[in-house]
Amino acid sequence: MKLTRRDFMKANAAAATAAVAGVSLTAKAADAAVPGAIRWDKGVCRFCGTGCGVLIGTREGKIVATQGDPDAPVNKGLNCIKGYFLSKIMYGQDRLTQPLLRKKDGKFHKEGDFEPVSWDEAFDVMAEKWKEALKKKGPTSVGMFGSGQWTVFEGYTASKLMKAGFRSNNLDPNARHCMASAVGAFMRTFGIDEPMGCYDDLEHADTFVLWGANMAEMHPILWSRMTNTRLTKPGCEVHVLSTYEHRCFDLADNGMVFHPQTDLAILNYIANYIIENKAYNQDFIGKHVNFNATTTDIGYGLRPEHPLEQAVANPGKGKFDKISFEEYAKSVSDYTLEYASKLSGVPQDKLLKLAQAYADPDRKVASYWTMGFNQHTRGVWVNSLLYNVHLLMGKISEPGNSPFSLTGQPSACGTAREVGTFSHRLPADLVVGKEEHRKFAEKIWKLPDGTIPPKPGYHAVLQHRMLKDGKLNAYWVQCNNNMQAAPNMNEEGYPGYRNPENFIAVSDPYPTVTALSADLILPTAMWMEKEGAYGNAERRTQFWRQQVSAPGEAKSDMWQMMEFAKRFKIEEVWPEELLAKMPEHRGKTMYEVLYENGNVNAYPLEKITDDAGNVYDNDESEHFGFYVQKGLFEEYRMFNTKGDILKKGHEMAPFEVYHKARGIRWPVIDGKETLWRFREGYDPHVKAGEDVKFYGHKDGRANIIFAPYEPAAESPDQEYDLWLCTGRVLEHWHSGSMTRRVPELHKSFPHAVIYMNPADAKKRGLRRGEEVNVSSRRGEIKVRVETRGRNRVPEGLVFIPWFDEGALVNKLTLDATDPLSKETDYKKCACKVMKA
Amino acid sequence: MSMKHPGTSAIETKGLWGAYKWLILRRLSQAFFLALFLVGPISGYWLVKGTLASSLTLDVLPLTDPFIFLQSLLAGHVMETSAIIGVLILSAAYFIVGGRVYCSWVCPVNVVSDSASWLRRRLGWKKTGIKLPRQSALWVMAGVFVTSFVSATLVWEFFNPVTILHRSIVFGAFTTVAFIAGVMFLIELIGGDRIWCSRLCPVGAFYGLIGKVSLVKISAKNRKACNDCMDCYAVCPEAHVISPALKGEKDQNGPVILSGDCTNCARCLDVCSEHVFEFSLRTKNTMDDVRPFEGDADKDSTKAA
Amino acid sequence: MTQTKAKQKTVSRRDFLGNAAKGACGVGLISLALGAAVREAEGKLPADAIRPPGALAEKDFLSACVRCGLCVRDCPYDTLDLADLGTETVTGTPYFNARKIPCEMCEDIPCVVACPTGALDKSLTNIDDARMGIAVLVDHENCLNFNGLRCDVCYRVCPLIDEAITLERSANERTGKHAVFIPTVHGDKCTGCGKCEQACVLPDTAIRVLPERLARGKLGEHYRLGWEEKRKLGKSLIEGQHIIDLPDRGYSAPAQTDTGGYKGFKP
Repeated sequence: MKLTRRDFMKANAAAATAAVAGVSLTAKAADAAVPGAIRWDKGVCRFCGTGCGVLIGTREGKIVATQGDPDAPVNKGLNCIKGYFLSKIMYGQDRLTQPLLRKKDGKFHKEGDFEPVSWDEAFDVMAEKWKEALKKKGPTSVGMFGSGQWTVFEGYTASKLMKAGFRSNNLDPNARHCMASAVGAFMRTFGIDEPMGCYDDLEHADTFVLWGANMAEMHPILWSRMTNTRLTKPGCEVHVLSTYEHRCFDLADNGMVFHPQTDLAILNYIANYIIENKAYNQDFIGKHVNFNATTTDIGYGLRPEHPLEQAVANPGKGKFDKISFEEYAKSVSDYTLEYASKLSGVPQDKLLKLAQAYADPDRKVASYWTMGFNQHTRGVWVNSLLYNVHLLMGKISEPGNSPFSLTGQPSACGTAREVGTFSHRLPADLVVGKEEHRKFAEKIWKLPDGTIPPKPGYHAVLQHRMLKDGKLNAYWVQCNNNMQAAPNMNEEGYPGYRNPENFIAVSDPYPTVTALSADLILPTAMWMEKEGAYGNAERRTQFWRQQVSAPGEAKSDMWQMMEFAKRFKIEEVWPEELLAKMPEHRGKTMYEVLYENGNVNAYPLEKITDDAGNVYDNDESEHFGFYVQKGLFEEYRMFNTKGDILKKGHEMAPFEVYHKARGIRWPVIDGKETLWRFREGYDPHVKAGEDVKFYGHKDGRANIIFAPYEPAAESPDQEYDLWLCTGRVLEHWHSGSMTRRVPELHKSFPHAVIYMNPADAKKRGLRRGEEVNVSSRRGEIKVRVETRGRNRVPEGLVFIPWFDEGALVNKLTLDATDPLSKETDYKKCACKVMKA
Repeated sequence: MSMKHPGTSAIETKGLWGAYKWLILRRLSQAFFLALFLVGPISGYWLVKGTLASSLTLDVLPLTDPFIFLQSLLAGHVMETSAIIGVLILSAAYFIVGGRVYCSWVCPVNVVSDSASWLRRRLGWKKTGIKLPRQSALWVMAGVFVTSFVSATLVWEFFNPVTILHRSIVFGAFTTVAFIAGVMFLIELIGGDRIWCSRLCPVGAFYGLIGKVSLVKISAKNRKACNDCMDCYAVCPEAHVISPALKGEKDQNGPVILSGDCTNCARCLDVCSEHVFEFSLRTKNTMDDVRPFEGDADKDSTKAA
Repeated sequence: MTQTKAKQKTVSRRDFLGNAAKGACGVGLISLALGAAVREAEGKLPADAIRPPGALAEKDFLSACVRCGLCVRDCPYDTLDLADLGTETVTGTPYFNARKIPCEMCEDIPCVVACPTGALDKSLTNIDDARMGIAVLVDHENCLNFNGLRCDVCYRVCPLIDEAITLERSANERTGKHAVFIPTVHGDKCTGCGKCEQACVLPDTAIRVLPERLARGKLGEHYRLGWEEKRKLGKSLIEGQHIIDLPDRGYSAPAQTDTGGYKGFKP
């Protein structure tokens, strides 16, 4: 008798059940039913970029309940299902409470087992490794990988630590995987980062267009707002574009499934339609727009020796040149309805309907996008192509007319972008590449000229390559699970972590895949265990107070960075010539130079209370002896308020104001928020009579940048015959390190599945529920086939969510990036599916 | 020979193996049939799936209990072909080996019943308990058929301790196993000797009907050697079946135990020191089939005494 | 060869009649006792016990199921179990508890294939046609979606999403700018697999699979839903009678749009 399919599945089902049972033990919220007063305070949801306001209920040092803040403007008391379980995310049973170091015979050993150690021992070993790397190979051999889930203060602390302290620009956030393409296009088109509109557009638009955004699952509360407008506003329509049918198609008046990568062609067709029908806003483009064409054939951001890169004419080149309107019109004229339809596979009538919506001068159009646009080897281009359409029509910067980049993370804007945690950036949109920007930052930070290195550091994907190649040797990962999240884990991720030349430290509340791949695990205080601030997608900055203490010896990322800085004498990290410029820093620790510089430690420790008289802890401030968060924020604020600022437009309110408000949208000027930027009447930077001014550029104009359709890096072929698209699901946040520890969420989506077209399954003789091997040129995983359910994929494409650490889909993905934004294309590579 | 310790002389003459051979084989058989069903759930290799009610062996051979089939038929349901095939195969098998072979060689309750009966003998309770007429199990069977017809449901399957016990073992419901075994033990111990198995159980009664025509039978072929020790009566679960064959010489009865009630348990073969009984066929039931007496002088004298 | 003497058992007429009467009495008494006991034991299937796909109506099922457990053995997800003695479900019969392990709706329906007796009806070959029960959103007060939250886990786990469960949208009057997404089960599509019940994130589920007898109401025979009748027919039921609509004096209605408004009716 051989083991039948069912017996096999049964054995697996039993294993799965055991796993559930195991997990169900790991997370238990404190019992909220026990009587006793609960203290409620304002907070913000820990998950996506929507930024839902929540109230945090604390009793006896534990968060026992949460609720949606009924008065929060974003969500009015509502939450999605992740937000509903916020109170459980901190209480998983495997919460890390002690530093863990790989040891053998009582000493650190790369191949040793994790043993609990003291913070002192942890930092001693770590500092020794960092010093060794600095001594051997200089500042480019140390690096850090941060997060759009860091608080604003943590991001700013990291920016200073790495760029000024260690003088290494090898600092990048996981927002590189998420928002970098959007950032690239914002800078190229408008010269200033982040959306011009806000969530109020959701009530004002007549037409909504979703480009590679599954808002129904990934921005559930915003989707709720859009749905309401669609329901209640006569004539309102929703257009949805994606490479497969997802939940948004349920509401779509015009749902379009296009072949991967052909969004480039569709957008050029829309521009062509607008021009051919002379529907463009002549006045607007005459006054506010420059026309440009970008350099083409720019490659795929792979290693230079990769065959795909060898064939490329202009690898990584982002230069664009001014052209005339006529030249632009000619460029897009190739993109006829027939061509766009043929290339994309979308029926002509649907494309026409979409183009008409944009071209109708009487319709207000809001476009939304997320990872479908950003995780794209032409992500910056495709972002720009959409701006082109909006700019041609002048449908921008006013209520309802809004191209809007939705962020995935709670503080992709506030932390990753605004305080400069990218490898090429400094706070407030400044960049390391420009001398005056560096000088300005050095001045605020009270550091000698030349402290900040001019060359951009290693970006996310490059960090993994450099770790593998042994050029980046001391590495610190905080607040994210990049081993699971980064592409091509087998070839580019794991080898670097286990490279014997390297020392990897990972700070996390839970033993994630990344933590377990490291040499040192540092237990981290999360969310409400520290005072924090997040900046959401609509430029809204929201603060919260520390509600509870972290368990055991867990410490916040900020504490960890500042304490680590104490381990270095400034002489150990700076060369003599730099030190000579400011001899007063001699003999100081890096901590003193960076954080006791008179700015950061300007505000004495104070008792933190709310108006109701409740008292809150602030563990970092108590530890360091001054109000750290306030000092960091007020120093960051100087980047936007100091007399001779280089780039206006990022003005923030004073620190205290945020603790009293339900979030404030910057620029905050004269005590008022700004809802729409660049337009007179809404944005105080636009003077009376100017109407519209894109002040990010010196000439006040936005750039329309033509870019052509170019194919994806890796397309299906004979052997690997399917497109593989990866992404999230509503129930789980990113890699599932928090949500999979909530039993209810785990149960609602326990394991990753491969969404497959029934015809594709049938062709391969596969049944729904059957386990299959999914493989690419880089690795393979086992998952079960799902031919029904929430995602309906077309023939030739499969979708696998990436939350499941039991089925690491990033073993399959290709580390191809947009060569301009360096953001990975997680949506397109080739794979095949076989019976397991 | 004592009623408390039947088979003592058999042990003396034939040794332990000789005196317990069939009992041991029977226990092995019961264990074997149970094991067939247990291999799957324990190892994952499915020799036999299902229960005594209906099973599938090696994914090809269907077997279905004919008694349950009849109830279902009376309740108004005609089963699928595979079940009907299973009924035919099983009926044919019992027609050959003997109807109530099911009771003594397969049924898990038998072990409980035998244990209770053994204890009753040891306690000297042979004659205590409720006396029911011999046909009572047939009445229960008829009652089951009538009610199955009237209420259109498988009546006996609500109560059937045989299938419940077997199913509970195979599906791992061990509390139920203990409960059913305990209750059956008490019924058999206190209620009366073999009161369930030979007086109430409609399953046994039904197989008894097959036994009225089945082929393999026990024959008192060597009845002339009988020394009237009565050990066979002491151990026989259906003692009334013995006499017509064993003591049938004067009535010109054949040596074969024809009664459907006989379970072919062969315990009489074990306990008989004189090798009176052996397995035979229903057809070998002429006076010629009785073996001529060949006993020696000792035995003769014993008999005379 | 000596023939055995035919068994000559003389039974007197009186004895025979006596025995027959005794037997009939015995059978009658036993039947009565059995009948009463069965009625007691049979009861009704508890609401949280769901029969496997293709199960005959409960009464017929109990006349056909021999409690062999072959369906249980062939269930690849360990969904099915046999009722143990002392539970409300008839002992030995297969059932599942959707809150614990729901039916995964295998394409090849192995449980039905395994059934030797036809208690699970072999004519069920498309699992979408199974009717194990009907999911009912029983608790509107605690259902997160009814309160405007975006849970809709029950909807997204439904193998027949958008058919068996849809999200019926309406405006959230409390917030004034959000929608409410009401999970709505459609009894003509719901197979009763129980994925929704299992996945409900509340400590006590707000959506439950119930037997059809408990799950559904019934519209009076004397009334029809006009728009449904029109939708089914594809035109007005009185089309062809040349109904006219006189123009209104001094008022022209706003033009109709395809989109917007509360769920614009599209026949």
